[in-house]
Amino acid sequence: MTALRSFLRYGIGEATRGGPAYHLWMALLTLLMCVGLFAYCVQLDQGLAVTGMRDQVSWGFYISNFAFLVGIAAAAVILVMPAYVLEEMDFKRAVLIGEAVAVAAVLMAIAFVVVDVGGPARLWHVLPGLGRMNFPRSMLAWDILVLNGYLVLNLGIPFYLLFTRFRGHTPDRRRYVPFVFLSILWAVSLHLVTAFLFAGLPARPYWHSALLGPRFLATAFTAGPALIILILVAIRRHTEMPVADRTIEKLAMIVTVAAQVCCVMSISEIFTETYRSTHHSHSARYLFFGLDGHNRLVPWIWSSLALQFAAAGVLSVHRWRQRLPVLLAACSALVVAIEIEKGMGTIIPGFVPEPWGKVVEYAPTWVEFAVGLGIFAMGAFVFTVLAKVAIPVELGKVRYTGPV
Amino acid sequence: MKNGLVQILSQPMDRRTAITVAGCAVAGAATAAASVANAINPFASPESREASRLEWQRYFQENYRLMSEEEKTEALLRLERLHQLKHGGRISVSGAEPIEKVLFGYAFNVSKCRGYLECVSACIRENNQDRASGMAYIRIHEHRNGEFDFSKASDTFDHPVPAEGHFYLGTQCFHCQNPPCVDVCPVKATWMEPDGIVVVDYDWCIGCRYCMAACPYDARRFNWQAPEVPEADLNPNQHYLGNRMRQKGVVEKCTFCIQRSRDGRNPACVEACPTGARIFGNLLDPQSEIRWVLANKKVFRLKEDLGTDPKFWYFMD
Repeated sequence: MTALRSFLRYGIGEATRGGPAYHLWMALLTLLMCVGLFAYCVQLDQGLAVTGMRDQVSWGFYISNFAFLVGIAAAAVILVMPAYVLEEMDFKRAVLIGEAVAVAAVLMAIAFVVVDVGGPARLWHVLPGLGRMNFPRSMLAWDILVLNGYLVLNLGIPFYLLFTRFRGHTPDRRRYVPFVFLSILWAVSLHLVTAFLFAGLPARPYWHSALLGPRFLATAFTAGPALIILILVAIRRHTEMPVADRTIEKLAMIVTVAAQVCCVMSISEIFTETYRSTHHSHSARYLFFGLDGHNRLVPWIWSSLALQFAAAGVLSVHRWRQRLPVLLAACSALVVAIEIEKGMGTIIPGFVPEPWGKVVEYAPTWVEFAVGLGIFAMGAFVFTVLAKVAIPVELGKVRYTGPV
Repeated sequence: MKNGLVQILSQPMDRRTAITVAGCAVAGAATAAASVANAINPFASPESREASRLEWQRYFQENYRLMSEEEKTEALLRLERLHQLKHGGRISVSGAEPIEKVLFGYAFNVSKCRGYLECVSACIRENNQDRASGMAYIRIHEHRNGEFDFSKASDTFDHPVPAEGHFYLGTQCFHCQNPPCVDVCPVKATWMEPDGIVVVDYDWCIGCRYCMAACPYDARRFNWQAPEVPEADLNPNQHYLGNRMRQKGVVEKCTFCIQRSRDGRNPACVEACPTGARIFGNLLDPQSEIRWVLANKKVFRLKEDLGTDPKFWYFMD
C-alpha cells in the first residue's frame, strides 16, 4: 500500500511539474476544454437544436468522431502484439505510448457519445444492474460494454508493468501476457462491434454492407499506427525516451499495408455502387457525385481519396518510406484522409437521402466544433499526463525505495 | 414495491455495489441539484418545493414496463400533479392497459386520399406535438400519375389539392410486428405492446437516436428543443405511453393514438380524414373493417423486403 501511495504521489507530482513549454501546453489544452464546456452548456440549455442535426440526419459530427476514435483506440494495440508476443524489446517502449493513446482515444470516444445523447442525466439507465441494458439485442449495449472493458484493460496492463518496474521488480509474464492476448482480441472486436452498430441497420443501405466491418478495421489500422508514428517522433524529439528507428520502420510497414488494403476497399465500394446503380446506391452517389444538386460532401470525399491514394502510393516505395520527412507527411495525410472518410464519408451519407428519398444536407454548427475541440483537448491532456508519468518509470529513472 | 434507486438503497450491499450506487447517485445528484436545492429551500413557495420533490422522484423512477401497479399509478398521478403545479391546468394521464385479443392494424386507401392534410393537423393537435418546430408524425407524399418513386414525390406541396395528374399516399409509423427500432434501443425504452402498438417511455429514453437510424420508414421524431404547446391548445386527455408532454432530448412517434384506441375510439387521423381513406381496427376480430379490407382488397405494404412486417397496408378501390 505504501508503494502504491508513493507511486500515485509520484504520478501526481510528475504530472504537475514541468518547464514553461509544458505548462503553456497544458494551459492551452485547459483553455480549449473550457471552450468546449461552454459550448456544451449552451447545448444542454437549448437542446440539440443548436447542432446541425435534424430528424433526417440524426447523427452527425459527434458520432462520426466516435467511430474514428474507436478505430484509433483499437489500432493502438497493434503495437502490443509484436512487443509481448515476439519479445521485441525496442517495440516494448512504444507499446506504453500506444496504450496511452488507446486510453485517451477511448475516453474521447465515450465523451463523443455522451455529448450526443439528448438526456445525459438519464445515462444511468444504461448501467448494468441499476438501469435496464438491452443486452444482447442492442449493438449499442455491446459497444458500451466493449468500450469500458477495453478502457480497463488498457489502464490495467500498463499500470501493472509500470508499477512493478517502479518497485524495482521484473514484470511476471504469466501475470500479464494472458491479458495482452485478451486485449488484442478485444481491440479487433471493439472495432467490429462499432462497425456492426451501423452495418446492422438494413434501413440504411449505405451501411448495411459486409464490407463495413473489415473496412473499419483497415482504416483503423492505417490511421492508428500513422498517428502513433507522429507521436513517437514528437516524443523522441521532446523527451529523453529513445525510440529506435526499427520501431518506426516496422510501424511504417504496417501503415503501408493497411493503406493499400484501404485503397482496394475504396475501389471495390465505388465499383459496386456505380456500375449498376440502384436505389440503394443513392447515398454513395450523393457522397461521390452529389444528388439533385446537393453536393456538400463531394469535395471532402475526393480530397480524402486523393490523400489516401497518394500516401499509399508514396509509402509503397521503400526508398521514399525510409525518409523521415516523407513518412511524416504521408502519415499526416492518412490521418486526415481517414478522419474525413470515416466521419463525413461514412456516417453522414448513411442518412442522405432519408428513408423516403428526400435529400436534407447536414453541416456541423459552431457548437459541435467547439464541443469537439474541447473533447480532443481533453484527449491530448490525458495522453500528455499518461506519457509524462510513464516515460521516467519506463526508463528506470524513478524507483520506489521505501518499505515494501 | 419501491422504485428504482430506493429499492437498491434499501438492500444490504457489499462495498463494490455501494461504490457503484454512490457513483450513480453523485451523477444523479449533480443533475438534480437544482431541484433538490429548491425542494429544501425554506424560502421557495410550497408549490415549487413540491414540484421539485416530484421531479426528483420522477428522475429516479423505473422503466414503465417494469413498474409495479402502484408505481404506475404513482407515476401517472405525479405527472398530473406536476402539470397542475407548473401550468395551473388539469390534465388526466391514463395508464390504460392493452385489451385482450386485440391487435391493432391500419389500412390506407390510395384511391381515396386527396391530399387535404386534415389527418396531419388533427394528429398534431391530438398528440400535443411541438408547435415551434412544426413536428408531424404523418407525411403525405404527392406522386405523379404513372410513377411510384418516393424520391420524386413531394411531401411539402403547397397548392390546391387534389392536383391534376397526381395521387397521394401517407406514411407514418407502421407499427411493425418485427420492429428494428425496438431491437436497437440500448435501454429498452421502446417496445411493442401486446396489442401491437410500438411505444416509447419518454422518461426512460436517453435520446441516443439509434432507433431513428434503424427505422426504414422515417417514423420517429426527436425533441431537438423543449417542446411547446400553448396551454389553451393542449389536449388534456393523455396516456403515459401516448400524447403526454414529452421533454427535451427524447424520441417520440405515432402510437395509433393509444389514448383513444385503447378507449375503443379511432385514431385522430382516421376520424379527421374527410374522404374515408383511413381504416383502423382489430386484426384479431373477423368482423372488423380492417379484416374485410385485407380479405377483399388487393393490398400491399412498403419495403416488405426488409422483413419488418408492418401492420399498415395500402390498397386501391
